[in-house]
Amino acid sequence: MPKDHGIGASSKRREDKRFLTGKGRYTDDINLPGQAHAWFVRSQVAHGRLTGVDTSAAEAMPGVLRVFTGADFEGVGGLPCGWLVTDRFGQPMQEPGHPVLARGKVRHVGDPVAVVVAETAEQARDAAEAVEVEIDELPAVLDMKAALDPDAPLVHDELKNNLCYDWGFVEENRAAVDAAFETAAHVTTLDLVNQRLVPNAMEPRVALGDFNPATEDSTLYTTSQNPHVIRLLMGAFVLGIPEHKLRVIAPDVGGGFGSKIFHYAEEAFCTFAAKQLKRPVKWTCTRSEAFISDAHGRDHVTRIELALDAEGHFQALRTETHANMGAYLSTFAPSIPTWLHGTLMAGNYKTPLIYVNVKAVFTNTVPVDAYRGAGRPEATYQLERVIDKAAREMGIDPVEIRRRNFITEFPYATPVAVEYDTGDYNATLDKLLEIADVAGFEARLADSKSRGMLRGLGLNCYIEACGIAPSQLVGQLGARAGLYESATVRVNATGGLVVMTGSHSHGQGHETTFAQVVADMIGIGEDMVEIVHGDTANTPMGMGTYGSRSLAVGGSAMVRATNKIIAKAKKIAAHLMEAAPEDIELKDGRFSVAGTDKSVAWGDVTLAAYVPHNYPLEDIEPGLEETAFYDPNNFTYPAGVYACEVEVDPDTGKVTVCSFAAADDFGNIVNPMIVSGQVHGGIAQGVGQALLEAASYDDYGQLLSGSYMDYAMPRADDVPFYRVDHSCATPCTHNPLGVKGCGEAGAIGSPPAVVNAVVDALQRAGHTGVTHIDMPLTPSRVWAAMQG
Amino acid sequence: MYAFEIDRPTTLDAAVTALGQEEAQALGGGQTLIPALKQRLASPARLVSLTGIDELKGICVADDGALCIGAATSHATVAAEAAATYPALADLAAHIGDPAVRNRGTIGGSLANNDPSACYPAAVLASGATIRTNTREIAADDYFEGMFATALEEGEIITEIRFPVPEQAAYVKFAQPASRFALVGVFIARFGDGVRVAVTGASEDGVFRWTEAEAALSDDFRPEAVAGLSVDPEGMIGDLHGSPEYRAHLIRVLTGRAVAAA
Ligand SMILES: Cc1cc2nc3c(=O)[nH]c(=O)nc-3n(C[C@H](O)[C@H](O)[C@H](O)COP(=O)(O)OP(=O)(O)OC[C@H]3O[C@@H](n4cnc5c(N)ncnc54)[C@H](O)[C@@H]3O)c2cc1C
Repeated sequence: MPKDHGIGASSKRREDKRFLTGKGRYTDDINLPGQAHAWFVRSQVAHGRLTGVDTSAAEAMPGVLRVFTGADFEGVGGLPCGWLVTDRFGQPMQEPGHPVLARGKVRHVGDPVAVVVAETAEQARDAAEAVEVEIDELPAVLDMKAALDPDAPLVHDELKNNLCYDWGFVEENRAAVDAAFETAAHVTTLDLVNQRLVPNAMEPRVALGDFNPATEDSTLYTTSQNPHVIRLLMGAFVLGIPEHKLRVIAPDVGGGFGSKIFHYAEEAFCTFAAKQLKRPVKWTCTRSEAFISDAHGRDHVTRIELALDAEGHFQALRTETHANMGAYLSTFAPSIPTWLHGTLMAGNYKTPLIYVNVKAVFTNTVPVDAYRGAGRPEATYQLERVIDKAAREMGIDPVEIRRRNFITEFPYATPVAVEYDTGDYNATLDKLLEIADVAGFEARLADSKSRGMLRGLGLNCYIEACGIAPSQLVGQLGARAGLYESATVRVNATGGLVVMTGSHSHGQGHETTFAQVVADMIGIGEDMVEIVHGDTANTPMGMGTYGSRSLAVGGSAMVRATNKIIAKAKKIAAHLMEAAPEDIELKDGRFSVAGTDKSVAWGDVTLAAYVPHNYPLEDIEPGLEETAFYDPNNFTYPAGVYACEVEVDPDTGKVTVCSFAAADDFGNIVNPMIVSGQVHGGIAQGVGQALLEAASYDDYGQLLSGSYMDYAMPRADDVPFYRVDHSCATPCTHNPLGVKGCGEAGAIGSPPAVVNAVVDALQRAGHTGVTHIDMPLTPSRVWAAMQG
Repeated sequence: MYAFEIDRPTTLDAAVTALGQEEAQALGGGQTLIPALKQRLASPARLVSLTGIDELKGICVADDGALCIGAATSHATVAAEAAATYPALADLAAHIGDPAVRNRGTIGGSLANNDPSACYPAAVLASGATIRTNTREIAADDYFEGMFATALEEGEIITEIRFPVPEQAAYVKFAQPASRFALVGVFIARFGDGVRVAVTGASEDGVFRWTEAEAALSDDFRPEAVAGLSVDPEGMIGDLHGSPEYRAHLIRVLTGRAVAAA
């Protein structure tokens, strides 16, 4: 019987009522008295020397309050990078400055050069057109390999070259890996591109800065996934505002997918300008501007090699990746192709020897950072593509070759420095074969053939790592932040609870699931629990939401705080019933004394806590409010197996996704409906990457796919109905809920399934020369591949 | 958007007068023009809205059987009301953009704009339709003058399009994945005296007639008749979404499919 409330129930998302009725309160819905508007003047060229910015005409225009340029930020810090990667020679990465407004040079189309602040947004925009920017254009650095040429122009003149770092992992394994390749029975090599993507959250970014001259407090309202991190980075590194004088509020946020983790120039600008002008300053990003100012995702160019023995056992794996950083280091950019990518290269397999090399490169393009999956999709894609290719080359069934190499014993320490705590890859594979009806494929293939269509089946596994931790370890790896999470549980006198979490919900449904957990622990209705997030003034210092960490890390903090509440409430109940605290049991919202019929209700205890007339004041304090911080001792490792069936139109190359099945192990599930929804959304994004999306630059560094006229987002009719299953659960062994995280799996696991399916379809149709097609598999690319 | 004035005339005469003013521009459904204004790519001082003029709206069948569509008729209305008389045309209209675009966008606006990837130009050219304006009649073969270029004079207003109704017709559009305009679209119309084939989306010169296919299909109206033909990729559009070769290839494929569907 499915549960109807608490952990395990598909409770309806309570936040949807306001979202679906247009009552959400997003940053752009917030308007403050006296608010002025900012418009950014951005570079229209990819690379050039900034020789002059003349603001005089703009300043004279109607409504203009002030025009800011890079010179106004002389005494202000640059945007900091939150992760220091050490290269394979033990040297720190090259870390160029990242000014709020460009100084000296512009480095990508969209690089902010000046900002007009005016009474209205239209006036600011009018005046922005009158700002005269003089730029001596320089050749744009675009291709990553060419960027490493000794003669290549420098993106940052102060650096030795355009190489951010050359990272080897695990460097000590390199020789052994190379040796294994010398003696392997079979080696499969694959060159591939994991293309650059534009995140395209539904809600574009917005920043609204406010300054109170009376108290000298600054407030920033922003579209952020982690307001505390923004407060710390912006306050400490950019503007020099102590945290107690700075409040950051991220209200309802309409999707982030990673792109709203980072600290952006516009946030610092609006906070800074509000103080300068003593007026609130608001900036609302246009969709066109989002394409050239939101951090992009992916953009890896990889060669992967797999060495196998004659039976198809993986002997060694070697990869070389060029990872695009873009023009500046976005907040967490250096960690994505390294610690979130190299550490996942073992996948679900017991490959004994692995070496990952990553060269991170500066180019004159928009900065690249985490995007749904962040490093793990790139790892999964190359691994699962090369396995498919190897299986085909060796004549081994793609399911069988994976089974043969599965890790089956846990905990398992991989050669790339992580330890998987639990998993059962055969179970998810069996489940997948069932829900995808792989046995019925031949019949569907025959049906497709009868209609003149090519059909293919693609399948792959994935493993991912969520809730990046522990802080001590990530500190050694170069993180400049901790990766714990926090929660304060405040019980009110009449028994209702408010949970103030450091996690941030921007589509994930925390307000529903977090309430389910706490209500279940106490045995009260979910409607008695309110979840508060997104405001540094009323939530404990938290690290926010990304990397599918919220339930595993934030939820664990919340469980800890709730346990403290329950322990204290039991003491109060014991006092009320004149019993020993050890004898008190809590069930269905009532405290009872074991072995007796004595009981008191949850509400009696909470009232006693705040009206302590009859209360053990000598032993415990009044009130019922607890805070907990939780720093996990490992990542969690969700894993799964995905299958995709496609039809390819042989005349046009158009790919249709006929079916998609996903069997995931997310550990314990709090709300199955929300988990399914997360998987659905992730698969849609993955199918989007596989078939449709690409951020393409021309030779001058202009973004060709700079609007929805050319950047193809997946739409409802591009994706099939999904078959998803989360029943093969091996609970996480090291967090109290036994949960693993489900937010990114769909986007991580799906691209290789789609590409494997298309290659399979073409191979079955006799296009045996087609062993790979780079994403996105647009009709024209697939058609060109069929032409040979 | 820059500031502008707007006139909302209710008669064609008033619209013509309004368009005589300095820097005035006609506004149809605004589905092309308004996005251009929002991006500040155009800056007319005055817009003259045509959608409040009853005489420019509606669909009727003339005595000679031609289907007459007022220039300010929305795509949605064409999709609904032309379905009985000219199903291929109604089907084309039903697949332009999304419901919002179809409810606002007009046939006159589409033809005045003459986007090289737009759908209506293919129907107009393949049908051998006549474009009526406030001053004259223009045959389809004389109307389209290349990408975004037409025979219209400054301030000239399209009032009506007259479509001779073919015996058989079909439009097959292969959608550009992002915009879902035509990456290539082929409209085939078979009349008693021959077949006309118009291609949109493909050529750097905008919509054009594929005369070789017309000849072949006039002799033998079966998909096989075009199977052996090919289009020269020279002059075809090459962009992110397809090479000239791909577009040339699609023209033949879609022509065959249109014949099969007609
Ligand atoms: C999201 C989206 C998807 C679309 N998809 C497609 C598609 O798949 N296929 C397709 O063909 N089109 C598509 N379009 C374009 C759409 O069909 C437009 O409606 C059409 O191109 C312009 O018609 P309009 O009435 O909106 O004209 P407007 O935008 O109002 O005007 C366009 C131009 O025509 C002029 N004009 C308007 N009416 C007249 C007239 N009667 N006489 C003279 N000049 C006039 C205007 O001055 C202007 O220069 C799409 C548009 C959008 C926004």
